[in-house]
Amino acid sequence: MLSRVANSIYWMSRYLERAENVARFIGVNLHLSLDMPAEFGEQWGPLVNITGDHELFTKRYAEPTRENVLHFLTFDRENPNSILSCVRHARENARSVREIISSEMWEQANRFYLLVKDAAANKSAFENPHDFYTAVKTESHLFDGITEATMSHGEAWHFLQMGELLERADKTSRILDVKYFILLPDALAVGTAIDNIQWSALLKSASALEMYRKHSKQIDPSKVADFLILNREFPRSVLSCLDRAADSLHAITGSSQDAFSNKAEQGLGRLLGELNYTQIDEIIHGGLHEFLDKLQTRLNWIDDALYETFFTLRTLTGDNDQPQVQSQAQA
Amino acid sequence: MPLDFKIYDTENFYDELIDSAGIPRPGARILIERIESLPDGDILARQKAAEAAMYNMGITFTVYGSDEGTEKIFPFDIVPRIVEARDWEYIERGLKQRIHALNLFLDDIYHDQKILKDKVITEEKILSASAFRPQCVGLDVPRGIWCHITGTDLVRDRDGQHYVLEDNLRCPSGVSYVLENRQILKRTLPLAFEASRVRAVDDYPARLLETLQYLAPDHVPSPTVVVLTPGMYNSAYFEHSFLAQQMGVELVEGSDLVVMDGFVHMRTTRGFQRVDVIYRRIDDDFIDPKAFRADSVLGVPGLIDVYRNGRVALANAPGTGIADDKAVYAYLPQIVKYYLGEDMILPNVPTHICADKKEREYVLANLDKLVVKATNESGGYGMLVGPHSTKEQQAEFAELIRNNPRNYIAQPTLALSRAPVLMEDHFEGRHIDLRPYILYGKDIYVMPGGLTRVALKKGSLVVNSSQGGGSKDTWVLSE
Repeated sequence: MLSRVANSIYWMSRYLERAENVARFIGVNLHLSLDMPAEFGEQWGPLVNITGDHELFTKRYAEPTRENVLHFLTFDRENPNSILSCVRHARENARSVREIISSEMWEQANRFYLLVKDAAANKSAFENPHDFYTAVKTESHLFDGITEATMSHGEAWHFLQMGELLERADKTSRILDVKYFILLPDALAVGTAIDNIQWSALLKSASALEMYRKHSKQIDPSKVADFLILNREFPRSVLSCLDRAADSLHAITGSSQDAFSNKAEQGLGRLLGELNYTQIDEIIHGGLHEFLDKLQTRLNWIDDALYETFFTLRTLTGDNDQPQVQSQAQA
Repeated sequence: MPLDFKIYDTENFYDELIDSAGIPRPGARILIERIESLPDGDILARQKAAEAAMYNMGITFTVYGSDEGTEKIFPFDIVPRIVEARDWEYIERGLKQRIHALNLFLDDIYHDQKILKDKVITEEKILSASAFRPQCVGLDVPRGIWCHITGTDLVRDRDGQHYVLEDNLRCPSGVSYVLENRQILKRTLPLAFEASRVRAVDDYPARLLETLQYLAPDHVPSPTVVVLTPGMYNSAYFEHSFLAQQMGVELVEGSDLVVMDGFVHMRTTRGFQRVDVIYRRIDDDFIDPKAFRADSVLGVPGLIDVYRNGRVALANAPGTGIADDKAVYAYLPQIVKYYLGEDMILPNVPTHICADKKEREYVLANLDKLVVKATNESGGYGMLVGPHSTKEQQAEFAELIRNNPRNYIAQPTLALSRAPVLMEDHFEGRHIDLRPYILYGKDIYVMPGGLTRVALKKGSLVVNSSQGGGSKDTWVLSE
């Protein structure tokens, strides 16, 4: 398929997954602030740190108040990773590949955009934030379901899968990181009811609470981390996402699972190999936040490698070459 | 209030559905009965549902210069326009003749120029036209066909006579609306549709693909066809994407294509792949910066050289614009006679060429009665509708014509035919035109249907979508 089209499909699904996960971030914080002791106040600043857009935020807003952070992450057109920007980019990408995806998928991408655009215009979203962010998650799930039910599992679908899964792996790691940034009333609170409540809220935001319960009955920080990073069965865990992304990558190139034919396969295979042979105790020992930070850097590297391998194609002479696709904004 | 045609007034215009006595024309009887039998509010609800469907499907165009995200659907009216079999037979015959002659004209103009040597048209008229492409002189186009896809605009006067208003031989658009309108009408008025025995238009994409494949070099067993678009910000992008999807071919942008080793290739995830036929929806000027405008970033450098060597086919061929130049249009009766030895079947609207001194004087003296058009403009721009204009506008055009007479033609103001349009709780007549689409491949095919455009503003004669026009489904009856 055309390199430009592959690039657009990859980014269409990345952006939709990103919009969904921004809704999840905000969801976790809405839950957390409800559960925090009143005297401790709400914490919205950490949320901006997690998305990696801290600099842009401080340039545009004075204080990380609830209102400012919600606006920045949801409707701010100047923030390329706000929910509105994500669904707009996703829809533009979908529009540029309409002839490749099913018309049902295009209609859903279009409806999703119209829902967020209308919400941005009439400001009602913040009066009932839970409803709005739940709707965002549902629209994204709807898109996934429609994709599953209407699109052939060929090359285009594999690019779509890779975009979705790499984005999800990155965002699950960031959801886990929320806990690192959220301050407890004091150090003694570790392991208390409040601490447990926060871990539950975090699992809930990753739609993982029920599945976690089947896996381990008690809420235990290292088990939560284990579940969200290394679980092989939960579809939002980092390992499971990367495992399926690798399947798609090998389906595209046709090379065997235990070999590599390009940089992207090499990078992804190596990361997957390490995770496959890692235990959660080792991660915690080395520092969970540091681990997640490195993981995100390596995911970015894989994204760059995909771009070089599939989305840019240069002629040998290069004299009538044009830059054909631009790497799109990274979180 | 029940919705019916009892108070509908044709106001002394030719109405496509209702005759001057207020009685439905024979082909429209089933439709009118069906609409009148619908429960109160039903037809309006159907119209709204159709609009919502179009909005959700993103069948929209971007409104230039307005706020970001402002998208509008191309306004659509639910009452179809009906063309009876006998009328269609005449139109079809006329269009085939016209396209046949225009193609011979193009081939002659870019080769021996016999028609100029025989002084049927003066050399100056052609060679000075901005649409004439010296780069195309001597081009041997695949199968000798220049205009593969044409959209011809027809109007009907007060007496019911059809006229050709203009030919569009460059990149005529709108056919996607014909197909989408039909899908919606089939869902909206299924009973009337079935009972009226409407001819199908749905196989257009398959016929278009066949036409394009026919142009590939003989030795290519299964040619790679692509649609070339300026990109998603072009106002016709929906159509480009729609046609590529319906034909099952790649939609490419200029930057997806590259000329290498004397062939055109597209950049794919598995390397370069050769392209044999390009249905281009980019104007001549922008298609190859090495051959035409050097500042174009939309096109493919070196494309025209590959084309000249017969290693890729383009539809339509470059240079076809000369055949729909408004000043050349006036010579169509002579052109048909010259190449085919026949009288022209579908008449032109009588046209005054301002470059001619006597005609210019007539035009300047009658600006309040005539429609004046710039020869190189389209989309309803650069136009004066005399009877609807002010003295100032007429003075402005008089000045324009005197300064550059070659650039203007004038025609009598026709009383364009009308058709009923749904206005919330009643029907009103609005002026319409008709753009049928013609494919020229192995033979000439006229799609039985077309885009009926409506001037939605009361009394307006300008049907272009950029000027407040909408569209209707067109039902060509089979008997």
